[in-house]
Amino acid sequence: MSQLFYDAAPNATRVSPEREPDRQYPEKPEAVTLFGTCVVDLFFPEAGLDAIRLLEREGVRVYFPQEQSCCGQPAWTSGYRDEAKAVARAQLDILDRSGLPVVVPSGSCAGMFRHHYPALFADEPDTLKRVEALAERTFELTEFLLKVCRVQLADRGAPSKIALHTSCSARREMNTHLHARELLQQLEGVERIDHDHESECCGFGGTFSVRMPEVSGAMVKDKTRSLIDSGAVEMVTADGGCLMNINGSLEKQKKSFRGRHLASFLWERTNGANAGEVA
Amino acid sequence: MSQRIPVTELTPDFRGRAEEALADGQLRNNFRVAMDSLMTKRANAFPDADEREGLRELGNRIKAGALSRLPDLLEQLEQKLTENGVKVHWAETVEEANSLVHGIIEARKGSQVVKGKSMVSEEMEMNDYLAERGVECLESDMGEYIVQLDNEKPSHIIMPAIHKNARQVSKLFHDKLGEPETEDVNQLIQIGRRTLRRKFMEADVGVSGVNFAIAETGTLLLVENEGNGRMSTTAPPVHIAVTGIEKVVPNLRDVVPLVSLLTRSALGQPITTYVNLISGPRKPDELDGPEEVHLVLLDNGRTGAFADAQMRQTLNCIRCGACMNHCPVYTRVGGHTYGEVYPGPIGKIITPHMAGLDKVPDHPSASSLCGACGEVCPVKIPIPELLQRLRQENVKNPEQPQQVKGGGAKYSRTERWIWRGWQMLNTRPALYRSFLWAATRFRVLAPKKAGSWTENHSAPVPARRSLHDLAARHLDQNGGRPS
Repeated sequence: MSQLFYDAAPNATRVSPEREPDRQYPEKPEAVTLFGTCVVDLFFPEAGLDAIRLLEREGVRVYFPQEQSCCGQPAWTSGYRDEAKAVARAQLDILDRSGLPVVVPSGSCAGMFRHHYPALFADEPDTLKRVEALAERTFELTEFLLKVCRVQLADRGAPSKIALHTSCSARREMNTHLHARELLQQLEGVERIDHDHESECCGFGGTFSVRMPEVSGAMVKDKTRSLIDSGAVEMVTADGGCLMNINGSLEKQKKSFRGRHLASFLWERTNGANAGEVA
Repeated sequence: MSQRIPVTELTPDFRGRAEEALADGQLRNNFRVAMDSLMTKRANAFPDADEREGLRELGNRIKAGALSRLPDLLEQLEQKLTENGVKVHWAETVEEANSLVHGIIEARKGSQVVKGKSMVSEEMEMNDYLAERGVECLESDMGEYIVQLDNEKPSHIIMPAIHKNARQVSKLFHDKLGEPETEDVNQLIQIGRRTLRRKFMEADVGVSGVNFAIAETGTLLLVENEGNGRMSTTAPPVHIAVTGIEKVVPNLRDVVPLVSLLTRSALGQPITTYVNLISGPRKPDELDGPEEVHLVLLDNGRTGAFADAQMRQTLNCIRCGACMNHCPVYTRVGGHTYGEVYPGPIGKIITPHMAGLDKVPDHPSASSLCGACGEVCPVKIPIPELLQRLRQENVKNPEQPQQVKGGGAKYSRTERWIWRGWQMLNTRPALYRSFLWAATRFRVLAPKKAGSWTENHSAPVPARRSLHDLAARHLDQNGGRPS
């Protein structure tokens, strides 16, 4: 099994930078709402805090409504439409209160707002208008930093080689798969190393990982192997779900290699202090 | 039923079959190598992304437009084909289709059939049906020939024997045909060719599929690379084409973009070696071609998909196989794991209409919804969206009316209640924050086993403080008030 990739065509599914995002971006707003996402909330809160710091450094005031919870994706992808809709409606109400742009440190949750909420509320014309407005003002973190804040990062870290994992939702729902690359490119000391089958799914897929543990497990093992084999010292990603999946698998396999959220990586590299430090 | 050709004995459920496939290193390597190569070929065949996206959009519009007037187009097709001298037969079920095919063969007192590649004939299990009635039906497509020789089913809709490598084919030919072993692919092809050439001359009837049926002209279009399709449809005195009702397109010009999409998406070819346009039997002044041409149009659940505006998009499919080539699940478990005629992403969305969702209750879940299939589909079928819809149909209360055949197969009162609880947690902020407080406070008590999650992962341990907590402190200090 260790020979699985031995004669595979290398990088058959590597991201090719051929599609430019067609989204029109607004001027940098004074304030935004951070939607933390449930996975970051409970498992990677430091990433959420670093996202806030990165935004504040760009002069953007960040609000974090305490009433927020989950975007509703787990029930939606499991086929429980009514339950997903109830949770979505609750988030919509909270995010509509200020009407501020919404920044999400996870591609799949941002994709839920932008693409799946309109499907959920297609049968409610009035709500649909609000949902479409939310979709329009939702940004994935890397997208917001790069395209709206037009961030210029000054690297303060030591030279390092890292691998970047982009989530399928970032690639196919948000079209933000190249944004993290561009952000990393701004960091002088950071060399991004390509890993084999970079654009292939890590196998998370929300409840897919528990409904189909055999297939999902095979996918994440292939992903972790290609990450480790890449020669990078660590992995970064802008998606909490992938991060939980990949790190959980690495830990189970007793590997020392780890991934972390891009927000923490960027903050650490550019601030010179320890990321995730509690203010 | 005693004469039924034995097929690979399969473990009854998807997960069991997947587990077996995943443990087979050779199989996994065969698929990984083959799919990587096919993905590269497709990418190279579409060097211009704008052209590709424009063509996909056009392909989608042609198919969606054709489906929007499907009944009219089918009538027009029947009329034009009849004018051209082709006999048109309608079959609602595979039993009817088989019976029609057998009837035509019987009328000619035929005993040998040679068949070009056809997935609809796989749906019908035509080989078995005819074998039971004393008619030998030989596959003439190389890949199909290999799987038939090994009593297997195709594992891919374009490359039926893709699960085997040259060494395995060599061994098969050695064991079944007594040929000397060789891993030279050309030699292997020649072995198959020698056997098949004779059969084309002997066959009473040739059977083929159809890629596009053109209503305007009454033409059946068939693409192939081996020439076996042309042989099967011209050498025997009778040609029977079998196809699904969704293959009809209005005009001849519609097939130009569709064929380009098909061949480039499937094998990365600008065009196939053979493009057959069949528009009737041999005319009195012609020297070759069949004396009779028949078309069997099969429903087999397609009208069920047609009746549902969202599911209807399934019928856009032009059977290129790109969705499976790009599917990380298919690549790992292979086609046989799906246990049905159509594997991979397209199989997961089309099989429920044919066999019923209750026959394949695990199929909609066998996807991480990564979206690779939808991204490459040449006619832009939103496969992840349809999978998500099937998941909804899967968990519906079976006592309620169902919109998809066999819906409600995965209904579970317990799971419904779990999601109700999840809903409550995520719609009541005070409850959610209490949950965060408890989960972070008692994080060391987090269970070491968490269902199937901990088969592949360490047990997740909540952070010391939630983001709710960290953000509130941070923003308070910075003078920002949570809104």
